[in-house]
Amino acid sequence: MGIKRFFHQMGSPQYFYRVAGLWIPWLLGASLLLLVIGWVDGLVYAPTDYQQGDSYRIMFIHVPAAWMSMFIYMVMAFSGLLSLVWRVKMGEVIAVSCAPIGASFTLLALATGSLWGKPMWGTWWVWDARLTSELILFFLYLGVIALYGAIEDRRVGARAVAILALVGVVNIPIIHYSVEWWNTLHQPATITKLGKPSIVPSMLIPLLIGALAFKLFFFATVLMRARNELLERDRNTRWVKNLLEAEAK
Amino acid sequence: MSQLSLSAAVGLLLRRDLVLAYRRRAELANPILFFVLITALFPLGIGADPVLIAKVGPGILWVAALLASLLSLDAMFRSDFEDGSLEQFMLSAQPVSMLVLAKVFAHWLVTGLPLLLVAPLLALFVNLPTDALGVLLLSLLLGTPVLSLIGAVGVALTVGLRKGGVILSLLVLPLYVPVLIFGADAVQTAVVGIPATAQISFIAAMLALALALAPMAAAASLRISLS
Amino acid sequence: MSEFLHMGGYAAYVWPSYGLALVILVYNLIGPLAQHRRLRAAILRKARRAGRHAR
Repeated sequence: MGIKRFFHQMGSPQYFYRVAGLWIPWLLGASLLLLVIGWVDGLVYAPTDYQQGDSYRIMFIHVPAAWMSMFIYMVMAFSGLLSLVWRVKMGEVIAVSCAPIGASFTLLALATGSLWGKPMWGTWWVWDARLTSELILFFLYLGVIALYGAIEDRRVGARAVAILALVGVVNIPIIHYSVEWWNTLHQPATITKLGKPSIVPSMLIPLLIGALAFKLFFFATVLMRARNELLERDRNTRWVKNLLEAEAK
Repeated sequence: MSQLSLSAAVGLLLRRDLVLAYRRRAELANPILFFVLITALFPLGIGADPVLIAKVGPGILWVAALLASLLSLDAMFRSDFEDGSLEQFMLSAQPVSMLVLAKVFAHWLVTGLPLLLVAPLLALFVNLPTDALGVLLLSLLLGTPVLSLIGAVGVALTVGLRKGGVILSLLVLPLYVPVLIFGADAVQTAVVGIPATAQISFIAAMLALALALAPMAAAASLRISLS
Repeated sequence: MSEFLHMGGYAAYVWPSYGLALVILVYNLIGPLAQHRRLRAAILRKARRAGRHAR
């Protein structure tokens, strides 16, 4: 079967390294192109919001970054599942490579949420449901990174990360729901000025282009990190030496 | 050697852990003292205004319970890891997740349950109305086992590490958020005089989920930590 | 142009957002690239040393 053969081949570090190397430039190029288009469209051509003025243009960063923070966690957990249940070696390599990128997008979502919140709410931070969930997600990422950093053996560390990511992914819906619950109790409802601005196609298009750009950027950089991870793990094997010596000539 | 039935093995392990805890009974007071101390620190930090303290009381009690339970987590597998008995459990014919469950239960009996004993006293400290005491105890009774179960996964992942303690709190605290929210909110609701059925049900549901999943995750983590 | 940079009075919030996004993207790009270069140098150095010993 096609898919089975694909997974089998992708299980070979050598094959993965080569194919990822072919994909990265295209992913990166497409991502940067879309990013320029999306940002120019968002900053120049999208109309000014009648309620929030031009401050809503932060949305073109904030919302895709928040989407990415969730998406990357899902990718991390799914890769972890692949490695734990079906022993797909590449799964743990991908899971480990996801964490720093996910953490940085979460940080971006938090910081832009704060920068958007200041003009809208008058304060830099409000314990609103989305920002709070995002903050907890950031701590979850930091936990994954710290755990991986603390375990000396990379293979053992990667498997620990896979479990932690799975535990986290079971908890995320519960955390999200409990934070929503808590928020509706403790916040007056009028504060949700930073809800979705009435979105028109001319605003939606740069948002979606920006989100796609971030997604492709993530795919490119996660492959870059996975390639490094493979080199590091297999540094004493023949394929790594042959490859690097061939490259060096 | 004859085969031990699962229930006999779990019972033996439970008794062994309780005996071990009894031999180190001086340590049993630590979580309780910690619970009392944190609760006493809050009025010192925010001022002695009785109205204010009563208002934030449920939150204080739950945060203190959470930290007290976090503090005692580290000891859950530590001594068994150091003397090698943890590896023996891994090699036994019994499912490791059930053995983990027995260990977590024993740990909760000596560190979680005692918190319930001092909770009525601490309720006085924060001017909690006596009507809300029942809900406080019930929320702690259902909530602290969830903390122990989630904590077991974190301990299992960090047991072999030198600086495991700091990382443990980083791993576990974000996962404690739902228990904190529903626990504190249950008490808060009871203070106002509204039945806290919904919040208590949520905590019970989380307990059921944690009972089903956490032992498996902790067993898998132990296997990785010991490899 | 200055009107565009002014962002309807929200320049102090909009531009830092985009700036920060740029910083984070660049960091995510430079980080793995630098690590790759470091790793490759270290592995090659070790391989060369091993090769010399073999001779």
